[in-house]
Amino acid sequence: MARIVVVTSGKGGVGKTTTSAAFGAGLARAGYRTVVVDFDVGLRNLDLIMGCERRVVYDFVNVINGEANLNQALIRDKRVDGLEILPASQTRDKDALTFEGVQSVLETLASTHDYVICDSPAGIERGAHLAMYFADDALVVTNPEVSSVRDSDRVLGLLSSKTRRAEQGDEPVKEHLVVTRYAAARVGKGEMLSIEDICEILSIDLLGVVPESTAVLNASNAGVPVIMEDKTDAGQAYDDIVSRYLGEARDHRFLTEKKGLFGRLFKG
Amino acid sequence: MAVNASAGAAFELKGRMAPFTVLQVGTAEIDAVLGQLDARLAQAPDFFAGMPLVVAPAEGVSLDGATLEALVGGLRERALLPVAASGLPAETAAVAGLGLIRNLEASRSGSGESGRRDTPARAAPGAARVVTQPVRSGQQVYARGGDLVVTAPVSAGAELMADGHIHVYDTLRGRALAGVQGDENARIFCQSLKAELIAIAGQYRLSDQIDAGLRDAPAMAWLRDGELELNAL
Ligand SMILES: Nc1ncnc2c1ncn2[C@@H]1O[C@H](COP(=O)(O)OP(=O)(O)O)[C@@H](O)[C@H]1O
Ligand SMILES: [Mg+2]
Repeated sequence: MARIVVVTSGKGGVGKTTTSAAFGAGLARAGYRTVVVDFDVGLRNLDLIMGCERRVVYDFVNVINGEANLNQALIRDKRVDGLEILPASQTRDKDALTFEGVQSVLETLASTHDYVICDSPAGIERGAHLAMYFADDALVVTNPEVSSVRDSDRVLGLLSSKTRRAEQGDEPVKEHLVVTRYAAARVGKGEMLSIEDICEILSIDLLGVVPESTAVLNASNAGVPVIMEDKTDAGQAYDDIVSRYLGEARDHRFLTEKKGLFGRLFKG
Repeated sequence: MAVNASAGAAFELKGRMAPFTVLQVGTAEIDAVLGQLDARLAQAPDFFAGMPLVVAPAEGVSLDGATLEALVGGLRERALLPVAASGLPAETAAVAGLGLIRNLEASRSGSGESGRRDTPARAAPGAARVVTQPVRSGQQVYARGGDLVVTAPVSAGAELMADGHIHVYDTLRGRALAGVQGDENARIFCQSLKAELIAIAGQYRLSDQIDAGLRDAPAMAWLRDGELELNAL
C-alpha cells in the first residue's frame, strides 16, 4: 500500500508543481514506484514541467467519468523508471473531480505504487481539499514572505481537521515544511522572512530549503524535473529533500548567502 | 446486538448540567431578532453552534404562541438549541414545543450561596478544555462554560474564546477572548504575547495598543474595575 503525499500551500505560484515533479522523480530514482497526480484541473501544468504534455491523451477527469481507464491515462516518464504521471484536464472545470471518483482513483494507484504524490491546486476550496483529503503525508510549500506563511498556516489547520485521518481519528497527517524560492541575500536585507522565523511561526519540521534559482525555470522550459539537474543548487536541494524524507540525515544547505567558488560554479 | 436492559441501571441522574444562555427577546419582530442574530453568527459561528438557549421576553415584550414558534424554528435552523422558555404562559411555550422554566432567576442562581444574582454563567470546576495541537489561522476554539488551556502555538488569524480563563503555554499570535459570556473575573495568561487582539468580557485591546515592553514575553490580561490591564508575568 502506497503512502499518499499531498504537495500543498494555500497560495499559488509558490512552487508546488515544481516540488511535486522533483519529489516524484527523486523517489522514483531511489527505486520507488511513484505516480504524480495533477489535481489542478483547468490549469494543468505538471505535464509541461515533466515534459510529457504531448503524450497526454486521457486525463484524471476522463478516468473519473469512466471515459478511460487508469492505464490509458497514466503516462510513463521516459527518463526515470518507475515514474508515472496522471495529468489533469485542461478543458474541464474544477467541479469535475468528485469525492468518490478521487477516492477510487487514489485507492487503485495506492495498490500498485509505493508513493502517490498529489499536486494540489492553490486555494483552500474543493480541489485543494480533495487533494489533501486522503493524504498520509503533506509537503507544505512556503515562500519566505508573510502572506505565503499565513496561507500555509491555514492549510496546516485544514490538514489537522479536514482530512480523512483527522476525521477518522487516525494518526495525524505527517507535515513537512518545504521552503522554496529562498533568497538568502534578501533575507539578510530584511526583505524576506528567515528560515528561523518561518519555522517558529509554523512550528513543523523543516524538510528542506530550495534556493531561488534560475535552474528551476531552465529545467521547466526543458521539461525536466529540476532534481535531474544534479549540478544545480535547486536540483541538489530537492535531492536532499527526498533523502531526508526517506530517513537519511543531511545538513540543511543554501541557508546563507555564499559567494564562494562553489556557489558561483553551480549557480543556475 | 440488543441492549440488555437488566444488565445495569437503566438511567442515572447527573447533577452537573451545561450552563444555558438566556436569549432575552427585546421585540416581537422576529425578523429583526433573527437578522441581528445572523450578524453575530457570521462573526463567530462555532461560538453559537449547539448553544442551549432559554427564550425569555424582555420586560414589556409579549410573545404569542405563533411568534414564539417562528422564533424557535429560526433558532433551530441556525443550529442553536432552544431548550425551554421562561416568563411566558405555559400554553404559549407549548405551542412552540418548549417546556417552561417557571422561575428563571431562582434557577439561574440556584446552585448555592456562591450564585450571586447576576453572576454570568461561570466555569463549573474542572470543566476546562485542553488543546494540545497548534491552533492555526482560520481556526476557532471555544471553551463553553469553562477555561481554555492551549499547550501549543496559536497562530495569527486564529481565535480562542472561553467563558472562563484562557491559558496559552506557548506563543499567542491570534485573538484571545476570555469571559465571553460576561465574566469580568476571567483572565488571559500566555507564555509569549504577540496577540492580534485580547478581550475580557467585551473589553478589548488591539495589538497596536499593546505596550511594546510587554510583547514577546509572558503576560497576563485581566480587568481592574472594568478596565483591561496587561501585566508582565
Ligand atoms: N526555487 C525556485 N527558484 C526560482 N523560481 C522558482 C522556484 N520554484 C518555483 N519557481 C517558479 O515559480 C513559478 C511557480 O511555480 P510552480 O511550481 O508552478 O508553483 P505552484 O504549483 O505552487 O503554482 C514558476 O514560474 C516556477 O518556475
Ligand atoms: Mg501548480
